[in-house]
Amino acid sequence: MQARALCLAALGVLAASTPALAQKTSTQAIEEYREMLQDGNPADLYEMKGAELWTKKRGPKGASLEKCDLGKGPGVVKGAFVELPRYFADTGKVQDLESRLLTCMSTLQGIDPKEVIDGKWGKGERANVTALATWIGSESKGMPFNLPQSNAKERVMYEVGKRLFFMRGGSHDFSCASCHGEDGKRIRLQDLPRLSGNPGDGVGFAAWPAYRVSNGQMWSMQHRLNDCYRQQRFPEPGYASDATVALGVYLGVNAKGSKSIVPAIKR
Amino acid sequence: MADPMRIRAQASGDKTTVRVLMAHEMESGQRKDSSGKLIPAWHITDVTASLNGKQVFSCEWGPAVSKNPFLQFVIKGGKAGDKVSVSWKDNKGDSRTDEATVS
Repeated sequence: MQARALCLAALGVLAASTPALAQKTSTQAIEEYREMLQDGNPADLYEMKGAELWTKKRGPKGASLEKCDLGKGPGVVKGAFVELPRYFADTGKVQDLESRLLTCMSTLQGIDPKEVIDGKWGKGERANVTALATWIGSESKGMPFNLPQSNAKERVMYEVGKRLFFMRGGSHDFSCASCHGEDGKRIRLQDLPRLSGNPGDGVGFAAWPAYRVSNGQMWSMQHRLNDCYRQQRFPEPGYASDATVALGVYLGVNAKGSKSIVPAIKR
Repeated sequence: MADPMRIRAQASGDKTTVRVLMAHEMESGQRKDSSGKLIPAWHITDVTASLNGKQVFSCEWGPAVSKNPFLQFVIKGGKAGDKVSVSWKDNKGDSRTDEATVS
């Protein structure tokens, strides 16, 4: 009797480990592929473009963004990325990197935020914001996320983000948590990080903006969230809308202590 | 005008490794747009590189090279402070030259 039980247990182990093994080799192959790509990450090109845009005098006011306050004082870029989204007293709002850039572009340079909000991905001023976000993100490479939660509005945004994350809806009755609420899930060969907790260094919130090799596009966090909603068959959230910022706060606070690898490279 | 390239050149022993990242659409001419019309080919056709003004590398590219291509090659010789310059030309007649210093 006892031997039979043991035998069954052994079978159980075998059945559980076989698919896991097969999965590991494909994951390893993807890891290798990513490593090969790492050396020539085209995100560098967007980083260069962003750095240039930061100091270039542009817009109706003919000013640069060098006086832009990203949360650590006017013009301070290093370390700003890992503390966003945060509350800004001048706008009275919690803002993520991209919505903050819209504020700076409009107040300093006189560029109408509508150009970005109503724009298309990868085109015109919206592409410029993505390049700026890439460069600003890269300036905090290797630094741990440490979003402030001292302001009441920041805590409200966290709570709103959390609720959005678990809110099911759309034609497929999906929520963010459907894919990102458990460990060990994947979509095709892409591992899906569990974002309701801390996914670790360089994963999830700590990996965007990233360059997508498959379509040759540079994607910001706004683009990432927008496409997640598209895949859930939700209506598209507005660019830099409060909903996307709230999700950013939720993901960013959850990632506390994890190191940023921005700009990352994705398949 | 085309966006700048990113060039890194590193000398080690009697060799210099050059790594170049180019910003280019590299449209193959095989794809169709949303209305079903063929998107015309637009890609780099010629790449050359020189070390201190002397040509050391040249190649012809076609539509099979990826968007934002990455190129790596090794030059015999070269030392820190030397100038490596890389140029490309595309089938629309656009071109771009960038220079880097060997480190």
